[in-house]
Amino acid sequence: MTPPALRAPLLEVTGLDVFYGDFQALFGVSMSVATGGATALVGANGAGKTTLLRTIAGAQAAASGSITYRDQDLTAAPPHQRIARGIALVPEGRRLFASLTVEENIQVGATAAASGDWPLDRIYGVFPMIAGRRGQRASTLSGGEQQAVAIARALAAAPSLLLLDEISLGLAPMVVEALYQTLAELRKAGTTLVIVEQDLRRAMTVCDDLVCLLEGRVALAAPVPAVTRDQVVAAYFGDLT
Amino acid sequence: MSRARGSDVKQAGAPVAVSRWNHAASAAVASSAVAVVILALVPYFAGGPAEQPLITLLTFVAMASLWNLLAGFSGLTSFGQHAYIGLGAYALYLLASHGVNPLPGILLAAAVAAVISLPVSALVLRLSGGYFAIATLVVASVFQIAATLSPSVGGTTGVSVPGLAGYGPVLREALIYWATLAVAVASVAGVYLLVRRTFGLDARAVGSDPVAAASLGVRVGRIRRVAYLVAAGGAGAVGALIAMQTLYVEPTSVFNVQYSVYMLFMVLIGGIGTIEGPVIGALVLFGLQEALSSYGAWYLVIVGGLAVAATLAASHGLWGLASDRFGWSLFPVGYRVRGPR
Amino acid sequence: MTWLNAVIQGLLLGGQYALIACGLSLAFGVMRIVNLAHGDLAICGAYLGLVLSTALGVPVWVTLPLLLPAAFCAGLALQALLFGRALQHGALAPVLVTFGLSVMIENLLQVAATSDPRGLNGGTLALASFRIGSRITVSWLFMTAFLTACAVLSCLQLLLSRTAWGRKVRATADDVDTARLVGIRVRPLFATVAGIAVATAALAGVFIGTIGTFDPFAGANSLIFAFEAVVIGGIGSLWGTLVGGMALGVTQVVVGQVNEAYSVLAVHLLFLAVLAVRPAGLFTGHQTAREAPGALG
Repeated sequence: MTPPALRAPLLEVTGLDVFYGDFQALFGVSMSVATGGATALVGANGAGKTTLLRTIAGAQAAASGSITYRDQDLTAAPPHQRIARGIALVPEGRRLFASLTVEENIQVGATAAASGDWPLDRIYGVFPMIAGRRGQRASTLSGGEQQAVAIARALAAAPSLLLLDEISLGLAPMVVEALYQTLAELRKAGTTLVIVEQDLRRAMTVCDDLVCLLEGRVALAAPVPAVTRDQVVAAYFGDLT
Repeated sequence: MSRARGSDVKQAGAPVAVSRWNHAASAAVASSAVAVVILALVPYFAGGPAEQPLITLLTFVAMASLWNLLAGFSGLTSFGQHAYIGLGAYALYLLASHGVNPLPGILLAAAVAAVISLPVSALVLRLSGGYFAIATLVVASVFQIAATLSPSVGGTTGVSVPGLAGYGPVLREALIYWATLAVAVASVAGVYLLVRRTFGLDARAVGSDPVAAASLGVRVGRIRRVAYLVAAGGAGAVGALIAMQTLYVEPTSVFNVQYSVYMLFMVLIGGIGTIEGPVIGALVLFGLQEALSSYGAWYLVIVGGLAVAATLAASHGLWGLASDRFGWSLFPVGYRVRGPR
Repeated sequence: MTWLNAVIQGLLLGGQYALIACGLSLAFGVMRIVNLAHGDLAICGAYLGLVLSTALGVPVWVTLPLLLPAAFCAGLALQALLFGRALQHGALAPVLVTFGLSVMIENLLQVAATSDPRGLNGGTLALASFRIGSRITVSWLFMTAFLTACAVLSCLQLLLSRTAWGRKVRATADDVDTARLVGIRVRPLFATVAGIAVATAALAGVFIGTIGTFDPFAGANSLIFAFEAVVIGGIGSLWGTLVGGMALGVTQVVVGQVNEAYSVLAVHLLFLAVLAVRPAGLFTGHQTAREAPGALG
């Protein structure tokens, strides 16, 4: 199931089981992310993509399995420790702090920052569209700007692994295009990405590897060049025959 | 590369059994009916010394069941139910002093309390959670001050309740006892019947998550109002009983927050959100009161402390410990689904 | 006393109400805990002041450097032992636990101190007053209470809006789940907030005890007034609680001029009227009493 690693994996997830009360959301999920790579995490709604990202980020506890980052076991670590090691999550639905300004949202993101590599200036350089709105309340921004702030907030933690959950949700194509340009720049700067994306075409264009979840299990895990779109679609919906 | 099959769980057509009753419940109802009959006969074979403590216990049972309807089933943590106890007590006094027989007077006092609770509910139900709780304290305070400032009901000194003087002392005691028994049975049975209807399911949904409930079409405001009214009416009846028992009504004793403390304790210790819980809690409180009566303020410290401990350590109360462990359910409220094996 | 004097006295009294209310508001805004023992904790502050000032033989003000840190630590302890755990048991639990705590505190005070009314030694400050013009007399104590309240509110406001810690607090108040996700350590933050809430309550209690008398059951009234100030001023707004407190104070004193017995009732009726007409209070701090998702300021 594990794709051939080109370099030493940055993140290694093994046999993850996650429960919400009695409901099991993930069944033995394993996944490997190479340093500097971009991995697309796809699957239908409810497949467990958000759960997986949240568990990697530490917002959700795993019942069993392990999460290793740079050869360190982070399975039981709280979120602030994971951030300090270099993992940051841009949560689904942005989840900005509504009463804080744009700048304050970003500053809060730096609370447990792994390093000082991403000061405000550098962040505004990557997201010029929000620089002019830094003093405004986050809740007054447009959808695209809010998404930019959410990414900026995660960036303030100076992550080496950036997890992004459905950043294109509810945004106009041009805005999404601009966001993905920014992600390409981040990749060039050395950040590893895991992107949950509903748009398969975009996911397969932007990313090197693809993991498809189906009802809490890994249905497909391969480098993008090695799979066809039809194979992905089949894994996405499962065998219906 | 790998591929996984679609979910294997779906099976076509296998029936599930949904039950709302069980054998233990039938036995429980039958035994309760027998118990009520025995209790009703107590004045005949045991007389005064047995009636007095039973009156206290049965009053506790009524108070606890009604508070459970509010907090346990509808999510309304009111600490101001003593507002309606006091209201019921004063209503009974006014009715009795105008010649109404106190026994039907209890029903009228309950009605008065329910009617007055309607506009009050329009105000306090605008809040929820802890702020609602404090608002109910404000309401109780307002009622108490109003009583203190009304010379027609004796102001701060209070008034004595006329009415049952026409009966001999033995009969009077028995009548009060039967009235208390009736109110207790009506409270427990009434809450149970109410909760087994759709109201119960709706109320529990509202108590858990009002927004989700509203999105499903549950009329949250109406459910809360009905729960509030029923609880107020019941508290009014309890207040009327207390007025009949003590024969004296004055503000600080009938509007005493201690009643609300007792309600909280009984329901938490017994088991919030169940029918059996409040009854058990009433028994525990009764026992504690007997055991600790000479300890003054320590008694309430212990009561408060146990309530806190129950919330943190045994949030389903004593009954919850039993039913979680052994699966008991004497007065089932929910739906049990058994899937195909 | 003239009407003008009464109004001024009422406005100053509002400062005291705001002082006791701000801790309640803070605890709710950040942690979603309505602390029904808040008033009793204020009265504990008064009793502690009594013990310390009697033991040391000084006016109660001198004991504040001991009293306030002790209250802060008590807040930390309560959060760690009770409130934090209550939060894990569902939305109802904190309400039930704090009410139970309130009962325990009141009756423990009763056991320890009897129900005799007590007063605090306010030193010369408690007796002095100054005149403005020919008809207005203002007690220094009332003025000090008011100014202290303003100082505390200003400090809190500055803390919240200008410091990194304050940013974290506001973020947590908005969305505790996401706050944890971005690396904010929520438990120590809650503990500090609880400490501040209890310390401000204790300070308010000292003023209550110096200006009037207190007994083990005085906490209930303090809680109710604090709560009413918060709702009238608008849940979520710190300065709003000052305005709310002043509305309460003016109503209480002015009505008291006409008939003392009706003064407290008038305050409650004012609260109910505001609840009927504008349940969001006068200053909406971005949410109403029903939703209350957070936001302080």
